[in-house]
Amino acid sequence: MATTDIIIIGGGLHGCSAALHLALANCSVRVIEQSYVGRHASGVNAGGVRRLGRDLAEIPLSAASMEIWHGIEDLVHDDCGFAVSAQIKVAETETELAQLRQRAAQVQALGFTHEEIIDQAELRHWVPAIAPHCVGGLIARGDGHANPYRTTLAFKRRAEQLGVRFHENTTVSGLQRVGESWQVETNAGAFSAPVLINCAGAWGARIAAWLGESIPLQPTALMLMVTERLQHFLDPVLGAAGRALSFKQVDNGTVIIGGGYRGQAYPDTQSTTLDCRQLARNARTAFTLFPHMRNVRIVRAWAGIEGMLPDGIPVLGPASQAPDVFHAFGFCGPGFQLGPASGRVIAELVTRGQTNIPLEAFRSDRFSSS
Amino acid sequence: MSGHDLAVIGAGPAGLSAAVQAAELGLKVVLLDEQASPGGQIYRALEQASPALQAMLGPDYSYGAQLLGTMRQSPVDYRAGASVWQLNREREIGLLQAGKAQFISAARVLIAGGAQERPFPIPGWTLPGVMSAGAGQILLKGGALKPAQAVVLAGCGPLLYLLAWQYLQAGVRIAALLDTTPKANYRAAAPLLPGALGLPGYLRKGLRMLRAIRRAGVPVHKHVTGLRALGSTRLEAVEYQQQERWQRLDTSLLLLHQGVVPNVQMSRVAGCGHDWNENQLCWTPTLDEWGNTDIDGIMVAGDNGGILGARAAELSGRLAALESASQLQRIDQAERDRRAAPLHKQLQRERKARRFLDVLYRPLPQFRIPADDATLVCRCEEVSAGEIRRTVELGCLGPNQTKSFCRAGMGPCQGRMCGLTVAEIIAQQRGVPVAEVGYYRLRAPLKPITLGQLADAAE
Repeated sequence: MATTDIIIIGGGLHGCSAALHLALANCSVRVIEQSYVGRHASGVNAGGVRRLGRDLAEIPLSAASMEIWHGIEDLVHDDCGFAVSAQIKVAETETELAQLRQRAAQVQALGFTHEEIIDQAELRHWVPAIAPHCVGGLIARGDGHANPYRTTLAFKRRAEQLGVRFHENTTVSGLQRVGESWQVETNAGAFSAPVLINCAGAWGARIAAWLGESIPLQPTALMLMVTERLQHFLDPVLGAAGRALSFKQVDNGTVIIGGGYRGQAYPDTQSTTLDCRQLARNARTAFTLFPHMRNVRIVRAWAGIEGMLPDGIPVLGPASQAPDVFHAFGFCGPGFQLGPASGRVIAELVTRGQTNIPLEAFRSDRFSSS
Repeated sequence: MSGHDLAVIGAGPAGLSAAVQAAELGLKVVLLDEQASPGGQIYRALEQASPALQAMLGPDYSYGAQLLGTMRQSPVDYRAGASVWQLNREREIGLLQAGKAQFISAARVLIAGGAQERPFPIPGWTLPGVMSAGAGQILLKGGALKPAQAVVLAGCGPLLYLLAWQYLQAGVRIAALLDTTPKANYRAAAPLLPGALGLPGYLRKGLRMLRAIRRAGVPVHKHVTGLRALGSTRLEAVEYQQQERWQRLDTSLLLLHQGVVPNVQMSRVAGCGHDWNENQLCWTPTLDEWGNTDIDGIMVAGDNGGILGARAAELSGRLAALESASQLQRIDQAERDRRAAPLHKQLQRERKARRFLDVLYRPLPQFRIPADDATLVCRCEEVSAGEIRRTVELGCLGPNQTKSFCRAGMGPCQGRMCGLTVAEIIAQQRGVPVAEVGYYRLRAPLKPITLGQLADAAE
């Protein structure tokens, strides 16, 4: 049977990143992907590279990832379309601004300085087109955005150059512990490896269930829209304190609008459908903050399948019920930014048995009642 | 819920006949069409056409008058200028009419979006002065607009010869007809001739048109194997290759055409399954004999389901109406089958005749897959054939990924103009069948709508 040091299930960004970091640590790696690399959330997300507004538990991981992003070309030999543009969360009322102040203080108390309050004048300076009622915001100046599909492919290509084998259109049908190894059954035959890594995204809980863990992962279709090309009017990526919104203008002039609005996900057929009523809510949010957008045309909307966990943060670390298995899935939306570091963390856990990044909050058994 | 039994999208021959037939069977029918007047492409603006214009365009055009008249007399709720920007599996339709967006739904939906011209990506095809024969015909029908200068027609297929004939009726000078039908196609089609003779009217009409074109002294250059449109800011000349030799014709207007393919944008948006049709070199929705797709309650009729022409479209429209009435229990299955039997039979004859045309006018690979890397493929985002090929080197597997790699197919036309070309280029480059590389995943809004219109639609 074909054997490598590691088998990774899932060819999204996290799987590709784990593969690359493990290959850099001289492990032999095989990646098994049910469709093609980057097919789902990794390839079609909004491309936000954002530390701003993260769950406090994610901040160390996010900060570590940001350092990798700033040198991404050295790692994957492609710039991934990464650009620093700042990310801003807008406050529409004094109450919201007070909440953002409190948030900034919390982040600073943890020893991180990337989130800062800006007043109305500075918000105007950054975002001249913002609706006049907005009073200020929270900014992360070093944040930005990248091209998600290109990024995922760049990780894959670099990993391949270092000897990682990718099996696309290959579906895992079962797992078996045989001696000191994991045997992975697929429609393309069986593979074995001493170490197994579950990067199966929205399908991650299925793999975990085979390993005796019940994880309440909800596959979800997060929707995005893109507009016609407009004259350049916006540099930073915008969010809002009191609304679900993600709003950015990219190089070609189009504006990408999202904010976690959900369509229907069909994980069994790997397909999604849009919910136009939810998109309509998203549209209203966008032109409430940017009045000039009301008469701008939407050219296209889409959705990608993503795994959501009840507390909004991923599962990352060793499996609780099976030896030599590590999980990295359920990134709940903004996982794209975390990809470069999540792979490094996995590689550190596999090769050194430890990492400097605190992972307690990401334990896979945190949802079990016992 | 707006209580429609059947929503028909598209008021061409398939949609019209389906709507009329369904209403006759007691269904509450809404007929949605984005044009200002019904008729689809073939009977475009027929209700407004003067007798002189009708004479110029020929009897196949006037033929639609009866169908249009019947629809106008029927209780069908016909809505002009209504474009559909969304259709989902739950049969919810996003509609845009007079600048206002809204959602309607129906127990059943029939998609009858007709055909579109196959892309004809030759060097220079995006120059001003180069247009499709279909566009030329739209101008004739819409406002009797005809070119003042001499034109060059190039390509193959019935519509090209029809336009030539119509131009002659209209007094337009045709400098040349560059016929790209390969010699080998005549040989390949010959065994299928008996099928075509099952409907001798088509052949007679075709031969009559070709004779008229020759008699009018139009220089017809046959078996052309290469085409280039030349000009700096607009078309100045066309070069064509015949028996290895390139020749040049100065012209300021070139009309291109190499057949039509199903307009599958709507069935794609709805999420229906599609198959690659190697006979017609296009995607067709997966349909049963009634026009049911693989999504419950969503049907396709007419050229949208595979190119068979206007008469066949009427037949499939009526079949879809019978099936809808049966599914909604207005007639029983026996009644459906009894009424359908002669329609199925006639449709079968149309299919056989069409095979002859499919083989005869199968376009050459070099006119579908541009060899020259500089030739533009995606007009909206200005992506060339070479850029598409390079994405394959970077690991791009199909049209869906080219969107992320180089924005091909990301423009307002949602890949309508480039989808087939991109799929064929990638398939050739990867050395796999087109079926394997797939097509763009299409999403709402199919027609651009504004953020304001979308937000108001949900109110």
